[in-house]
Amino acid sequence: MSRIDVRFAALKATHRTGLIPFVTAGDPSPQHMVALMHALVDAGADLIELGVPFSDPMADGPVIQHASERAIAKGVGLNEVLGWVAAFRQRDAETPIVLMGYLNPVEIHGYARFAQEAVQAGVDGVLLVDCPLEESAVLRPLRDAGLQQILLAAPTTAPARMAQLCGSAEGFLYYVSFAGITGAAHLSTGDIAARVADIRSRAKAPVAVGFGIRDAASAKAIAGFADAVVIGSALVERLAGATDAEEITVRVQAFLAPIRAALDAH
Amino acid sequence: MSKIVDFNAFPDAYGRFGNYGGSYVAETLMAPLAELTEAYLRLRDDPEFIAELDRDLKHYVGRPSPIYHAERLSQHVGGARILFKREDLNHTGAHKINNTVGQALVAKRMGKPRIIAETGAGQHGVASATVAARLGLKCVVYMGAVDIERQKINVYRMKLLGAEVVPVTSGSKTLKDALNEAMRDWVTNVADTFYIIGTVAGPHPYPLMVRDFNAIVGREARAQMLEQYGRLPDVLTACVGGGSNAIGLFHAFLNDADVRIVGAEAAGEGIATGHHAASLAAGRPGVLHGNRTYVLCDDNGQINETHSISAGLDYPGVGPEHAFLKDVGRADYVGVTDDEAMEAFHLLARTEGILAALESSHAVAQAIKLAREMPKDGIVLCNLSGRGDKDVHTIAAREGVEV
Repeated sequence: MSRIDVRFAALKATHRTGLIPFVTAGDPSPQHMVALMHALVDAGADLIELGVPFSDPMADGPVIQHASERAIAKGVGLNEVLGWVAAFRQRDAETPIVLMGYLNPVEIHGYARFAQEAVQAGVDGVLLVDCPLEESAVLRPLRDAGLQQILLAAPTTAPARMAQLCGSAEGFLYYVSFAGITGAAHLSTGDIAARVADIRSRAKAPVAVGFGIRDAASAKAIAGFADAVVIGSALVERLAGATDAEEITVRVQAFLAPIRAALDAH
Repeated sequence: MSKIVDFNAFPDAYGRFGNYGGSYVAETLMAPLAELTEAYLRLRDDPEFIAELDRDLKHYVGRPSPIYHAERLSQHVGGARILFKREDLNHTGAHKINNTVGQALVAKRMGKPRIIAETGAGQHGVASATVAARLGLKCVVYMGAVDIERQKINVYRMKLLGAEVVPVTSGSKTLKDALNEAMRDWVTNVADTFYIIGTVAGPHPYPLMVRDFNAIVGREARAQMLEQYGRLPDVLTACVGGGSNAIGLFHAFLNDADVRIVGAEAAGEGIATGHHAASLAAGRPGVLHGNRTYVLCDDNGQINETHSISAGLDYPGVGPEHAFLKDVGRADYVGVTDDEAMEAFHLLARTEGILAALESSHAVAQAIKLAREMPKDGIVLCNLSGRGDKDVHTIAAREGVEV
């Protein structure tokens, strides 16, 4: 079993909802990236989504766009991101890591080379936002190397296609809670509860819900019907501008601890 | 070319032109793209739709546009005859209207009350605002803040036509960022919004649909050549940013193996300087804006900021069909610098009384280069894709003249 599968099995066995924070790799500080990753785990993260900065993040709102721009300005690319994952793995062999980003950096790096280096660094899965199932043949070297391909499902996904996604999902299926970009702030939990329940009953992997979850209250509302919640923009926004490891750790704790508590109280 | 290819067979059902094209978008857009593909493929063969489009092209756009033998320019160059396909004479001043008239009719048939568009030079924005006004649709145009500054007249034109122009301040603040922002709008407002992409890029079916709507340029030109000259041209040339006017001219001639095809990309200050927008001549295969194509990017896969004197060519990608034509050897793509384009602009103005758009001036420069090396009975057919009125301020500023 992969680290992701092991982690979701453990969550299920203990009846807990997974907490998946997203941070943009290299933001707020490249030097303290590994410290940030450990801080996320210490504050209750079950899995880490690490955003690979890209110059043209079509599906992201302003918060993650700006975080990517800051990281790119500091020279952050795939080599750095993989280096941080490898460094993180020296102290943490269990927390799954999913790289989230866009296809072009991986394409330019080379699929086979990326697959080998990512596995070696300790990456468990990849979520390439602009690589839908139809185009995922290019990701074959990644799958062959053992990287799980995390798929997205959306409110606009048609029923036949949803069945296909449910059948192909591995690691977890990431359900985008509304049609929009990351960081937008309208979440209608009533609408999505039924949809997610339906997907969970059919998907062969657990279902994580993301987009629009900003705090303990919105996380708790989702916890009732999802296997995990993903929190990105609100966390990235909270971390922006932090300059040293201690400040980063304090902010992570302050932000994630109440969310962890809310999920566990559910 | 090593083997015979039927160029009408592309793209395939997935929108692929060989290794290029496809649909590289977030899951949320897969359904709206499927809906659009289904609607477009149906309308494409619908006689009523075709008749309505033909009427609009004739009575609203002013088609057919003539082909014009630039005798004084040809004499000055001293080589082959240079002919221009006069897309600059269309309503709104460029080929862009061919596509927006078509897509707006698709939007109307699909019942979408709101259209969005991205624009670089502003020509596509103006053409979108124009058709939106005519059909009574709400129109929002995304435009990079840098482009807004260098194309003020077109920004004002769009506003006069009732469109809202939204400045885009992310990234390099140019066309590529405007496209990102339009995609973000679309993903958020898919239910009531139709996205009119202005070039032959983006996810399937856009490269197909935009090509189809512009292919009238080449169909007309091919018939006009046979009728007026009794033969096809020896070589075609057009400027290539995203590549819509170029594919528009080229497409009807792709299966005419004897007609040579040359695309002129923006070499800016020279390809060696790195300040250019020549994706095909100097880029590499990658994925941008929903399709696999040639892109200008660094070794981390980050898309480069590009440079061209013409905002309409200032784009780090290119339509996937051009990438395919390059790889199979059907077309050549070469760079034309800012200086060469300016020189061609002035020469055309002085010899023919035509102010070409800065984008089209790249094609004119390439036509001159080609004609110079050819015998006098040869024919170069160049797409004069737009008129230069919008560029008067840019040119004056570059030449230190206060207007």
